[in-house]
Amino acid sequence: MRARLALIAANTFREAVRDRVLYNLVFFALLMVAAAPLFGVISIGVEKIFMVNLGLAAIVLFGVVIAIFVGTGLVSKEIEKRTLYTVLARPVARWEFILGKYLGLAATLAVNTSCMAAGFFVAVAYVSVGLHAADVNLLVALYLIGLQLLVMTALAILFSSFSTPIFSAAFSFAMFVIGNFVEDMRGFAAMSGGPEGWLVRGLSYLVPNLGAMNVAAQVAHGQPVPGALILADTANALFYAVAALAAAVLIFERRDLK
Amino acid sequence: MTGGAISRWAMTALLLSAAGAAYTSYRLERMRSGATLDDVLLVQSPKMVKAASLGYTGLAADIYWTRTVQYFGGKHREKAMRYELLRPMLALTTDLDPQLTVAYEFGSFFLAQKPPEGAGDPQAAVDLVKKGIAANPRNWRLYYHLGFVEYEERKDVIAAADAFEAGSRVPGALPWMKVMAAAMRQKGGEIDTARYMWTNIYESSDDPLIKQNAVYRLIALRIDEDVLNLEKMAAEYQKRNGSYPANWQQVIGMGWLKGMPVDPSKTPYRLMADGRVEVQEYQRFPFITRGLPAGKQSIERITEESFKPQQ
Repeated sequence: MRARLALIAANTFREAVRDRVLYNLVFFALLMVAAAPLFGVISIGVEKIFMVNLGLAAIVLFGVVIAIFVGTGLVSKEIEKRTLYTVLARPVARWEFILGKYLGLAATLAVNTSCMAAGFFVAVAYVSVGLHAADVNLLVALYLIGLQLLVMTALAILFSSFSTPIFSAAFSFAMFVIGNFVEDMRGFAAMSGGPEGWLVRGLSYLVPNLGAMNVAAQVAHGQPVPGALILADTANALFYAVAALAAAVLIFERRDLK
Repeated sequence: MTGGAISRWAMTALLLSAAGAAYTSYRLERMRSGATLDDVLLVQSPKMVKAASLGYTGLAADIYWTRTVQYFGGKHREKAMRYELLRPMLALTTDLDPQLTVAYEFGSFFLAQKPPEGAGDPQAAVDLVKKGIAANPRNWRLYYHLGFVEYEERKDVIAAADAFEAGSRVPGALPWMKVMAAAMRQKGGEIDTARYMWTNIYESSDDPLIKQNAVYRLIALRIDEDVLNLEKMAAEYQKRNGSYPANWQQVIGMGWLKGMPVDPSKTPYRLMADGRVEVQEYQRFPFITRGLPAGKQSIERITEESFKPQQ
């Protein structure tokens, strides 16, 4: 089972890194990071803060774009090219196929994010003339970005297990947007009360709390991220990703591929 | 048509069209000059901006802060007398990122100074810094800025002393905060106190505009002090000799001066018949409050005629 999963993941990774669009996206993210010091020149006193905020936003944005556009195409492309039938004709279970694809894309995103993070740290070191002890908080922010990408990848695969790539991308992006407003949803629920309030509050638990994984503004000011928050975010992201993947497996198992 | 001919045509079309597009874009820019610099702040609600930024409020605040700096710089360059958007821009920036202390520090400076150096709204400056202190109570520098605005722009020495004193109690505050608080409590020490503050601002700021302003303020303080001392000498001379000195040689003769008293541009101060002292080229020294010819007001901005000191 492990060998089959590793094989599917490795193939997915290989296929993804061959995609030139991916390099373009990483290139643009690095370009954005590199351009951040220029913004500092036309402002006062925010060179590093701007660098950190813009750099982290660029990493999330391009990471999510990669997760959505590659993730939503993973299953449909295999069906379209009919390569899925070849895979499933072998002793490969459908759940192994979904999980392997997920792990392959997660590995791709890990490599891409590491590249973008390396560029980001070079830019931070340039702006602040070397790295300082407080910059360790940036690693925490990057870790939480990684968690966001794991969740988004799982969602992209979930949607692609039953929908077309375009709709899957739209659904995934909508989840990304809503996921950043979970706290606002709960605020709205508290204000409105009644059945609507309960409904909105209930819905807020069905979407990933991506806003809680965004600590960019905090680390930009060199403030530490509480360990409890890191742990809670990790648990939340893992539970959510596993739930989304389990749903994807359930749907894909029942899907008529003929 | 051969493939080579098509390529040549395509290349010609590309070059001509690119040149045409660049030229028409240039013409459009001329026709709509200032279109991008309109004084409009379309979105004033931090909630709206927060929503649009997908939670990246820190980045949105940085962008609004940069826009604020650009707005202030533009208005400052055109020597504007009104800065209508400055206050809402700063409010939006600090609502989006309450920890962006630079916006309180420089923002209060932009708001407090008299037009055209700033918006001339010291109360708004005080409110902004107090908002910053509420969000960042452990940042002693904000208390310093509050004291500065209270003293320099609102002339409220007691409020300034309170601010410096409160700031001096914040852990990590530099010892001179206590000195400032004490100095504020003393009457008559205003020139020394102001010099201390402007020197500190000059040394702690990296912004050339703020540094330049501090230099001119320090020059003005030196002139104010010179004029005060010279007028005291003239009064003392009158007390001893029954009349004011007719020229500086008489004061030098008393041993009170080592040579001709000159301003920072090396121009001698003018001694008046009634013992007053005037700065001959007062137009070159913004912010001076003493030594102005009768009926002339203090110049509240740096002009092209201003004396150019070596920094």
